[in-house]
Amino acid sequence: MLRCNEYIFAESLDEAYRLNQKKSAVIVGGNGWLKLGSRQWGSVIDISRLGLDKITETDDAFTIGAMVTLRDIEKHGGLNAYTDGAVREAVRHIVGTQFRNTVTVGGSIFGRFGFSDMLTVFMVMDSFIELYNGGVIPLHEFSEMPYDNDILVNMIVKKTPLKMAYSAFRNQQTDFPVLTFAHAFREDGAFSAVGARPSRAELRRDEEDILKDIFSLSPEDAEEAINAYALWLSSQYTYESNLRAGADYRRHIAEVLARRTVKAIVDRG
Amino acid sequence: MSEYKNVSRPVRKKDAMALVTGKPVYTDDLAPADCLVVKLLRSPHAHALIEDIDISAAMKVPGIEAVFTYKDVPNERFSIAGQTYPEASPYDRLILDRRVRFVDDAVAIVAGENEKAVDKALKLIKVKYDVLEPVLDFRSAKDNKILVHPEDNWRSLCPVGADNKRNLCASETSEHGDLEKAFAESDVIFENTYHTQANQQAMMETFRAYSYMDTYGRLNVVTSTQIPFHVRRILSNALCIPKSKIRVIKPRIGGGFGAKQTAVMEMYPALVTYKTGKKAKMIYTRQESQTASSPRHEMEIRLKIGAMRDGTIKAIDMYTLSNSGAFGEHGPTTVGLSGHKSIPLYNRAEAYRFVYDVVYTNYMAAGAYRGYGAPQGMFAMESAIDELSHILNIDPIEIREKNMVREGDTMYAYYGEPANSCALDRCLESARRLMDWDSKYPSKDMGNGKVRAVGMAMAMQGSCISSLDTGSVTLRVNDDGFYTLLIGASDMGTGCDTILAQMAADCLCCDVDDIIVHGVDTDSSPYDSGSYASSTTYITGMAVVKTCEALIAKLKHYAKPMLECDEEDMEFNGREIINTKNDKKVSLKDIAYSSQNNNDAEALCATESHSSPISPPPFMVGMAEVEVDKETGKVELINYKAVVDCGTVINPNLARIQTEGGLVQGIGMALYEDVVYNERGGTLSNSLMQYKIPTRQDICNIQVEFEPSYEPTGPFGAKSIGEIVINTPPPAIANAVYNAVGVRIRELPITPEKIYNGMKKNEA
Amino acid sequence: MEIKLWINGRLIKDNAEPDMPMLEYLRSKGCYSVKRGCETSNCGLCTVWLEGKPILSCTLPLMRADGKHITTLEGLQSEAEEFGAFLADEGAEQCGFCNSGFIMNVLAMKRELSDPTEDEIKEYLSGNLCRCTGYVGQLRAIKKYLKSVKGEAGNE
Repeated sequence: MLRCNEYIFAESLDEAYRLNQKKSAVIVGGNGWLKLGSRQWGSVIDISRLGLDKITETDDAFTIGAMVTLRDIEKHGGLNAYTDGAVREAVRHIVGTQFRNTVTVGGSIFGRFGFSDMLTVFMVMDSFIELYNGGVIPLHEFSEMPYDNDILVNMIVKKTPLKMAYSAFRNQQTDFPVLTFAHAFREDGAFSAVGARPSRAELRRDEEDILKDIFSLSPEDAEEAINAYALWLSSQYTYESNLRAGADYRRHIAEVLARRTVKAIVDRG
Repeated sequence: MSEYKNVSRPVRKKDAMALVTGKPVYTDDLAPADCLVVKLLRSPHAHALIEDIDISAAMKVPGIEAVFTYKDVPNERFSIAGQTYPEASPYDRLILDRRVRFVDDAVAIVAGENEKAVDKALKLIKVKYDVLEPVLDFRSAKDNKILVHPEDNWRSLCPVGADNKRNLCASETSEHGDLEKAFAESDVIFENTYHTQANQQAMMETFRAYSYMDTYGRLNVVTSTQIPFHVRRILSNALCIPKSKIRVIKPRIGGGFGAKQTAVMEMYPALVTYKTGKKAKMIYTRQESQTASSPRHEMEIRLKIGAMRDGTIKAIDMYTLSNSGAFGEHGPTTVGLSGHKSIPLYNRAEAYRFVYDVVYTNYMAAGAYRGYGAPQGMFAMESAIDELSHILNIDPIEIREKNMVREGDTMYAYYGEPANSCALDRCLESARRLMDWDSKYPSKDMGNGKVRAVGMAMAMQGSCISSLDTGSVTLRVNDDGFYTLLIGASDMGTGCDTILAQMAADCLCCDVDDIIVHGVDTDSSPYDSGSYASSTTYITGMAVVKTCEALIAKLKHYAKPMLECDEEDMEFNGREIINTKNDKKVSLKDIAYSSQNNNDAEALCATESHSSPISPPPFMVGMAEVEVDKETGKVELINYKAVVDCGTVINPNLARIQTEGGLVQGIGMALYEDVVYNERGGTLSNSLMQYKIPTRQDICNIQVEFEPSYEPTGPFGAKSIGEIVINTPPPAIANAVYNAVGVRIRELPITPEKIYNGMKKNEA
Repeated sequence: MEIKLWINGRLIKDNAEPDMPMLEYLRSKGCYSVKRGCETSNCGLCTVWLEGKPILSCTLPLMRADGKHITTLEGLQSEAEEFGAFLADEGAEQCGFCNSGFIMNVLAMKRELSDPTEDEIKEYLSGNLCRCTGYVGQLRAIKKYLKSVKGEAGNE
């Protein structure tokens, strides 16, 4: 349960940042994860009155405020059109509608959770995190950074043309995933992310150009390339065991999801 | 259509509209706001002795009323199992013990004005433990050098083969026929071992109770329980106070499924109130309900079956090892069902033997969960029969048709009880048709990397505990001629208040709305052993029938001077009693008023009890259609068809929901529900985040049909429905998975990973 | 800490502890329909509406409701009765403990989705756990209810 001595509505990001420098302070998003802890916080800082609950779409980017809920991005037409529905697919299995109406993009991404569908799906896009103090950082770099007292203000997704898809493997429909997978063909290359291994998603680029010109290959050659890519990709990660599955099985599922998901994109053309 | 006006009709539950509009009718809604908050300090160790416990700092926290440790409680052992006295479960508990026996065992009770103060105090209790080696492998628990209950005041009240100096909670052998000969004559002998995991009932309302002292200095406990009368005895034993000093009240309860057939936590607030005189309330968190509760017994079952080439089953030999955990609640009794409810399905066998051991270990104690021990036995038996059918190359339906129990049989492995009513054969035929089994068996490759296949299982259960369960009913006529039906059976959401009123209404020729149902308050309700063992409809229902007959007889007797005739010339039509000779009538209302004026209210009240020397089994067949991903092992349930013989269906809607709900719990047990421990004995499945029950997205098309038989010893021909419905999914799904991809899962749950590993092994 | 909010249309100005969970606060204000079934945001029993959107009152901080409107089942009694009757006629209310949160979400779904398919219904409500019914009877009730309200709307 969330325990604190004071609850402060920050009136500016500057104030929120200042207050958050204390070790006993914390920024609250939807409180989905924070409340699972048993720590007694000094101050809980609320940034919900700073206009960060909007998704702004321009010609070349989406700016997603930290307080936007998972349900908001699930239902956002532009974001889902751009990602071929991958964003919706990534979040729709997370607990339930009410939960997704409650928890936020900021909380979800800042947590950099191992099981995160969110981190996985946005990682293969041209995504950046805007930190109040740390500036704008590519999402895949942000995900590797140590936890600090900065504030996640926005996630910015540049509208680099892409073709993408998302899939996850779950033992039960709304459970944490056994494995998450996202792939995007972008102008600057083919990118995959595999998460819930059970450690957090990491980005890989098709450095060996296994998928080069995949859209113009014959179906047989494309299939061969995809199979080779899936095998290569799944070998690029480390896997561990937890309640939901063992390491070897995860490696196998990574290969299967990579193969099927990339194939789905290629089949779509 | 039903020949009755109320029975066999989908009557709406009496409490329905209050429940759907969110009215405050549950324990925590009714508790006074000024109750002390009661919480427990729990052990971090699976096995330890408390060397020293210092509560002085905790007591200084403002708002703290009391802190109790093992030094403050009686040293008389008792059982918290909700069973009829003398209980089969051993007396192995104290409210607080110096020896802690599982991770999260109770160490101290803290009561304070608010939760924050109590939480603070809990952190300030200093405990020094002498950490002992725990027993964490149930296969080596028996005769282990480490004893879970070495204490001298441990007691077993019944001859169940318990011996605390051997870590044995129970042990027994039963047999019939010449087993050796039957095996020797068999063409084929099949043998294998099956393992079922512990499951949590996960009722939506966690364990909870509040207590207060009343005007007469008696301890009142309001609790979410299935067993109010047993709770009274358990608290009397725990606190060492007379039962006359205790009153137990059951309000609406948010699900039980057997969890609340154990008095898991009533003793803690009760002790606080008894010691402080103050109101006290305890609400178990979901975490506590997952880590220190009363889950299903983990069992390992070894089955040996002898059969002829033509599929005739000759001999069945079963050994069950059951893990009771740190305490013995329901240990000696659940295990019996693993054999006595599975072996009799194959009643044509010439000989059987059933042996079991129930062992103590340093895990959370197990308890009662829907099906009791039957789902465990059914998983083993129904998996094994399919395995045998594959060896013999016989269709799994055919081998069952050849060997199944039939109406009129004597069921040797079921204590020699008769199968008076048995439509198992019709259930099988009906399920076969619903599933379109003949065209679907065994499997169909879908051409997309997936295979569809079907699997089936049969099941039986009981309708009470024979010669033990007792239900009593009191029926009163009130002023206007409406009735009050006082029952001691606990409606836990299943609708027994309504079902019993339906029966009474038909006996009394009135409407369900003319009957008020009151239950349960141990001060005013007639005795009932409780709502468990599928007994309420069958046992308490029969008590209703008897009571109605007795009341009508009394009414007729009272009407004698008014109608000037003998009882045999009277007819009761629900509103009046008629002299059939001259059509003279006297209304129920007039009888009611007259008796009030004549100091003869006794004429308007009847009480009858019922118990049964037999426990007629309901039967059912379940068939699963699954689609298995050949690459990942992922199972998608496509269809589940279930056909049930519960005798006469008293309320078709409620019986259907019971079946659907039980099936989905069985599906959870089959596919993902698993109580998992770490290497130190701590529960990892400690929340609904880590212990996954099915969501509505996980279930398939479920179709339920009834094939009623008529049970001559049951009310209106009824048997039971509550428990049997959980039994078929684990074996039916396991059998379907085998038919799909040739992987035999003998250890639940059936995870994609296990199937994948099995497929890999088959390839190699 | 000072808070001002509307519960079922009634304005409340109050002083609440800064870490008071919304769920327990609502119960303390007499909204006993709001139930707790877990501590990990998984069960959906505590579902209420904040500005008309279904949220988990066990999770979202109470202070987030400052200046806003909360709706609980106490504020939707006639709709609860209307849908509840369909549930009751299936026997699918059962123990009732999950009913309030479930019905709050069904009524939210009715407002948010038009003519949902069976899969859409299941997905929208997947965060509402029920252990009694196996969900099948609930689905029957929802379909009949949606058909009935659609029929009424068609007649208008």
